[in-house]
Amino acid sequence: MEATYELLSSQPFLAGLTPAQLDKLSYWTRKSTFHAGTRLFEEGQRADRFWLLREGHVTLDTHVPGQGTQIVETLGPHAVLGWSWLFPPYRWHFSASAVETTLAVELDGPGVRDLCARDHELGYELMRRFVEVVVQRMQATRVRLLDLYRMPS
Amino acid sequence: MTPLRYRVRRRLTETADTVTLVLDPVDEPIVAPLPGQFTMMYAFGVGEVPISVSGHADGGIVHTVRAVGAVSRAVAGARTGDVLGIRGPFGTDWGVPPGGDLVVLAGGIGLAPLRPVIRQAVARRARFGTVAVLIGARTPADLLYPHEYATWRAAGLDVRVTVDRADMSWTGHVGVVTTVLGALPVDPAATTAFVCGPEVMMRFAARALVDRGVPPAAVRVSLERNMRCGVGLCGHCQLGPLLVCRDGPVVGWDRAAPLLAVKEL
Repeated sequence: MEATYELLSSQPFLAGLTPAQLDKLSYWTRKSTFHAGTRLFEEGQRADRFWLLREGHVTLDTHVPGQGTQIVETLGPHAVLGWSWLFPPYRWHFSASAVETTLAVELDGPGVRDLCARDHELGYELMRRFVEVVVQRMQATRVRLLDLYRMPS
Repeated sequence: MTPLRYRVRRRLTETADTVTLVLDPVDEPIVAPLPGQFTMMYAFGVGEVPISVSGHADGGIVHTVRAVGAVSRAVAGARTGDVLGIRGPFGTDWGVPPGGDLVVLAGGIGLAPLRPVIRQAVARRARFGTVAVLIGARTPADLLYPHEYATWRAAGLDVRVTVDRADMSWTGHVGVVTTVLGALPVDPAATTAFVCGPEVMMRFAARALVDRGVPPAAVRVSLERNMRCGVGLCGHCQLGPLLVCRDGPVVGWDRAAPLLAVKEL
């Protein structure tokens, strides 16, 4: 547990959690490495984990008929990858690929959900952090929806 | 002020709607422009349009022009050997400081007026700490000057590129340009930021930089309004107390923020 505890304590996303909370999370944590081109998950598959990226980049993508596979977003170091494990139906909405060798901390979704259900204080701390990530990505998406670089009409 | 004649020495196609023109004076040259200033480019018989200076070369002047209206289409359509009129330079410059950290944040055609800042940073690299260049575009095909990024990186600049849309052949970043601000290794208090792009993008970028601790006056944005005379006489480019052609286009965020918060000002 020592190694995973150390890994978690160095993650900006988890900054501020107590040692006891990190210790609990460390039971559901493992290191993961993805080589360039590795598919981390596929749209529609069961979403049962999430990652805190340490190095490298991962793309989220989806297939658009007639346009091929389109990248939706790129995530890099310190980003959180995956929130579909949080809510039913626990299915990935997009697919993900490693752009380059990517190091991450992987957490087990059902395990962390169960932990949050039993420890509401830890659950609140995690939800607050996830909501912040979701809000940031939603705001970034709204700006992209404006299509600011299009040819002026 | 009458336009001076400039002949197109070279024409480079940048994207589907944008070209770079290298122009030499036919007679007298204009005063050498500073980074951030603009000129009024005149397509004879069509009209005049304000265009930022994107460089200079061998006594000539470089303009990158996006064809969006009748005049800019005529200017962008100029061929090698064609003659255009130029008045200027006009307006305020970026005011590159003698040192500290620099953040250059460009969206779309906004990279054109920032290229002289980047080139200055490359030429005087040792004077600055971190120099971060953040470039956003609609798609990879819409990126300006992509052939120069390797040179900028080789000079020690932290160049980050992102696009709004891409297929799997793109190995760079996808997302709005503010998302690549990330954990920039800059000292906010010693940072000067230069921001140019669509106004909404500049608002988000300037706020993000200020949130990170960069003083508002050290976040410089390039405003765009209906510049006509270039010398603060006609009033077409008025923005509150500013005449953008004279008091801008480069303005500190401390002055620009309250003006851009007013709808239809």
